[in-house]
Amino acid sequence: MWDYSEKVREHFFNPRNSGPLDNANGVGDVGSIKCGDALRLMLKVNPESEVIEDAHFQTFGCGSAIASSSALTEIIKGKTLDDALKVSNQDIADYLDGLPPEKMHCSVMGREALQAAVANYRGEVWSDDHEEGDLVCKCFAIDAVMIEETIRDNSLKTMEDVTNYTKAGGGCSACHEKIEDILIAVNGRLYSNGPKVKKAPKESPVKPQLTNYQRIRKIEDTLEAIRPMLQRDHGDVSLIEVDGKKIYVALSGACQGCQMEAATLGGIQHKLVEALGELVQVLPVAAMANH
Amino acid sequence: MKPIYMDNNATTACDPAVVEAMLPFFTEQFGNASSIHSFGAQVGKALKTARGQVQSLLGAAHDSEIVFTSCGTESDSTAILSALKAYPERRTIITTVVEHPAILTLCEHLEKDGYVVHRLRVDKKGRIDLDEYKSLLDDRVAIVSAMWANNETGTLFPIEDMAELAHAKGILFHTDAVQAVGKLPIDLKNTKIDMLSLSGHKLHAPKGIGVLYVRRNTRFRPLLRGGHQERGRRAGTENSASIVGLGVACDLAQQHMEAENTTVKRLRDKLERGILAKVKNAFVNGDRLLRLPNTASIAFEYVEGEGILLLLNKLGIAASSGSACTSGSLEPSHVMRAMGIPYTAAHGTIRFSLSRYNTEEEVGRVIAAVPPIIAQLRKLSPYWDGDGPVANPEQAFAPAYA
Repeated sequence: MWDYSEKVREHFFNPRNSGPLDNANGVGDVGSIKCGDALRLMLKVNPESEVIEDAHFQTFGCGSAIASSSALTEIIKGKTLDDALKVSNQDIADYLDGLPPEKMHCSVMGREALQAAVANYRGEVWSDDHEEGDLVCKCFAIDAVMIEETIRDNSLKTMEDVTNYTKAGGGCSACHEKIEDILIAVNGRLYSNGPKVKKAPKESPVKPQLTNYQRIRKIEDTLEAIRPMLQRDHGDVSLIEVDGKKIYVALSGACQGCQMEAATLGGIQHKLVEALGELVQVLPVAAMANH
Repeated sequence: MKPIYMDNNATTACDPAVVEAMLPFFTEQFGNASSIHSFGAQVGKALKTARGQVQSLLGAAHDSEIVFTSCGTESDSTAILSALKAYPERRTIITTVVEHPAILTLCEHLEKDGYVVHRLRVDKKGRIDLDEYKSLLDDRVAIVSAMWANNETGTLFPIEDMAELAHAKGILFHTDAVQAVGKLPIDLKNTKIDMLSLSGHKLHAPKGIGVLYVRRNTRFRPLLRGGHQERGRRAGTENSASIVGLGVACDLAQQHMEAENTTVKRLRDKLERGILAKVKNAFVNGDRLLRLPNTASIAFEYVEGEGILLLLNKLGIAASSGSACTSGSLEPSHVMRAMGIPYTAAHGTIRFSLSRYNTEEEVGRVIAAVPPIIAQLRKLSPYWDGDGPVANPEQAFAPAYA
């Protein structure tokens, strides 16, 4: 079974604000019975102040869908519509101390229900072009549709391209076969830069050691190459300290406190190990105090 | 309160007698069965006994038809890949839409290599159409692979008839019988089944041991090549402790075969009746007349399976769902979809699978536990209104994206 946080369990077992809401003046229905998720969000909005005075939900869905719905109603109650619309799906997930990557769509559904309910209150029609495919990359929660569209839109050719554009495949690498299948489906063939066949370097009996300066430069260069990927997700990383095999970095922006923090650090570590040709450990700056 | 385990189609508890028989093979009986000294010889003898016990449960003509593997999946892969290697000019596989992923995922993979895969469809009770099957049997078919009993619904296919039909056309026939072995009497020597997979942990033996039955004179190509173990048909040092355990488990299964089809069946039927009497908008999936004695697949409309399981788990009751969310994909189970079960019900399907260890008292507790859980979740569901589903659920609640 899923590794749900205590908070998710608690909101599932004791959902807040469930059931119909009398006199609701904004209702949003989203989801799909096919996907096994469906959520109706009901708002009672004060027409003068546009403050959400009450919010209820009804959800057909798994444990985390119910917990996400419950969390959403708690988050938005008392907020003005404009403030409520600033709530992101990540905020919902964070409120629940994180969701498993496969279940992030539950928080996305919550955010969509909110948009739909506000649109309904304002007399607008909300439509969604969001399509979700099978989850391919579990490290970064990237689905097949997203990968396929990105490949098409950017004429991507290789596994490496896909990772650079979407992050998919940048973690544990177990999904590479699936990503290659998508590349073949889109491009009709696989442009191989497959497993890189590097010319065997002339083995020198003693490996040339990097000087401390060269080593840190190399670490900086590698981080520099990773940053654009993180910045696309409104995050960033900077180097704080190098202590032997321990490399301390600070994640900032959206990366900070993100539930994918561990996966992100893992990805960075992987790149650094490759670049340096030695085993190093990448740690968040917070870990420095412990040493 | 003592937890209740009703997920025996997923895996079973090792019988204590099985564990006891295995223990010496971790300690003093550590020898390699291939060695000539006494350490090895005793293990060799124990393997022979176990092979005979498996042979007896399956009703195989010879003990040399039993090939020990690491699991049901390995047995399945070995059978299909062997047939393709042995008959390279034949490029077609016939299977069914409701197979276990051990077969379906392999077949999908083989399609990429240019093999043709026919997947027999099923009706709303999960039954195949024998006429469709007959029409597909021709000399391009390398192998037919069909499960004996479905893991989600327990529905049985007419495997003996299917094997006869394939045999008459000179086509190899394999059955994935991991759910059937130990629950149904099987007598392979009087069938035309060429290969059969079984998995130890489904019948109170440990995980990590399986069997592929290969009828004598079947053209066979090993998956793993190496040493001479299993007469060269499955190389790799024998998992002696687990093989011995599986032998004992097969013995026990034979002893309990009658109880499985009387006592266990009665408990299953009581469970189904008890739940359906108290929960409306619920029904049993599969072919109620022709199915495993231990399996109850019940669809609860307008609620989602994972929620039910989490609440059952809180009460110490273990069951499983065919639902999507537990398996990490969004679609409901391929078996439910193949049977045309509406999405509103497929997502709320729960499988209770019993064993000889379940008691009358446990069944009573589950019957009492289920109705309030369904009611609690329906109260949250936008498809449910007070005492029944909203009128025209699909229209009354039509979410913005579908």
